[in-house]
Amino acid sequence: MAAPCVEPAKGGFSFENCSRNARFEQMGLKFPKAYKTGTTIAGVIYKDGVVLGADTRATEDTVVADKNCAKIHYISDNIYCCGAGTAADTEMTTQMISGQLELHRLATGRAPRVCTANRLLKQMLFRYQGYIGAALVLGGVDSTGPNLYSIWPHGSTDKLPYVTMGSGSLAAMATFEDRFKPNMTKEEAMKLVRDAIAAGIFNDLGSGSNVDLCVITKDKVEYIRPHEIANAKGVKQGRYLYKRGTTATLSSDVKKIEFDVIGTEVKTSAQPMDTQ
Amino acid sequence: MMGEPLSDYKAPVQVHFSPYEFNGGTILAIAGEDYALIATDTRLSQGFSIHSRESPKTYPLSEKTVLGCCGFHGDVLTLTKVLGARLQIFEKDHNKPMPTPSVAAMLSTILYYRRFFPYYTHNLVVGLDEEGKGCVYSFDPVGSYEREFYRAKGSASAMLQPLLDNQLGGKNQQGVERQAMPLKQCVAMVKDVFTSAAERDIYTGDSIIISVVTKEGTKSEQFPLRKD
Repeated sequence: MAAPCVEPAKGGFSFENCSRNARFEQMGLKFPKAYKTGTTIAGVIYKDGVVLGADTRATEDTVVADKNCAKIHYISDNIYCCGAGTAADTEMTTQMISGQLELHRLATGRAPRVCTANRLLKQMLFRYQGYIGAALVLGGVDSTGPNLYSIWPHGSTDKLPYVTMGSGSLAAMATFEDRFKPNMTKEEAMKLVRDAIAAGIFNDLGSGSNVDLCVITKDKVEYIRPHEIANAKGVKQGRYLYKRGTTATLSSDVKKIEFDVIGTEVKTSAQPMDTQ
Repeated sequence: MMGEPLSDYKAPVQVHFSPYEFNGGTILAIAGEDYALIATDTRLSQGFSIHSRESPKTYPLSEKTVLGCCGFHGDVLTLTKVLGARLQIFEKDHNKPMPTPSVAAMLSTILYYRRFFPYYTHNLVVGLDEEGKGCVYSFDPVGSYEREFYRAKGSASAMLQPLLDNQLGGKNQQGVERQAMPLKQCVAMVKDVFTSAAERDIYTGDSIIISVVTKEGTKSEQFPLRKD
């Protein structure tokens, strides 16, 4: 007999409902779609570290689902990862690899390396043949210095000094191709990533709202959220208050709550009341 | 007897071509006691890209009639051109501009003429009627039309319409009657509903243009929206 679903999962995905859902779909049932973070994410290597950047819009088809979501995920104290694609996939994949890497750190007694995180992520994504829709920008500083990778949903990776991902990747990459140079200062690198993300925010409809940044150096991480509120919310002109009683009431009934008096206490204030 | 098909024979392949696109945009019209108002956002987009941030979707047809038209921009261009030509012919024939209710009736026939290859456009016609009262006519893409007091069309219409039903229609509220809104309050509300729509609809943004038709003519003002 099939195991009832109340039993704790043993690990891995459950495919229990696959055949049932396929039948439902044949019968014409539409399934709800997962949130996609039609996104702009980017990263650069500069003189003494890595700068990662992301916008904060999550969309559900053409509607904005979250106006301020966090797309820069924690991997370890020295490694962070930006995620684009299916929101749930980027979240869970980075969480899972973060956990594995922490165990690895405890087992080896060394700070994890970015290439290790990259390999764990790409092997996981390759195993699921692109069905885990996560496009990632992985960056961090380890014993070898600053490292930056882009990881595609099917599991291929690139190790480059500047990378972009998501639906706004072309806008962001255009900014990088124009202005990237090796060995930038921290301020230069932050400005460049900000401008790349802003290019995505304003020119790609899948990206929007604010710019988040994460600056990783040898012994410090600055997670700046928000780095810039690129789009302030408009100010309301009118007032929209309703008169009391606008909501229709079908019936009303006032009941007295009966309760027992357990004890009474008389309190006198320290200062006499002013009665004059 | 039927022979075997030749070895290099390939069955005919139907090449799929979709003649339509969706270019976003939202329009909104309200009929007041002695005015009619129509507002449009100015973003023109396709997929995840913005084509223009300065492309209003309202078209003045005469001094006292304005058309709001959005959907597939190619059809919008053609339809407005056809309408403009027809109105010019009318004016030359009759020595007066076509009244707004007649423009609406004519637009309906122009749309229905293309019943089986429709203009992919959502239309609103606003102006003043024979009595000088504000009027709004809303259309479906194939020419069904109706005179209404207020109406939203286009990509964020499902977000705007319920708010108009509540604020202008007084729907689902106890002791609230539908009443005409003063123009100033109406303009403020239009700005607010578009500000809200721009927060959630990716195809609405950049700015809006509000045109108000009164017996003195048409006046327009621009108002900024978010640009992301």
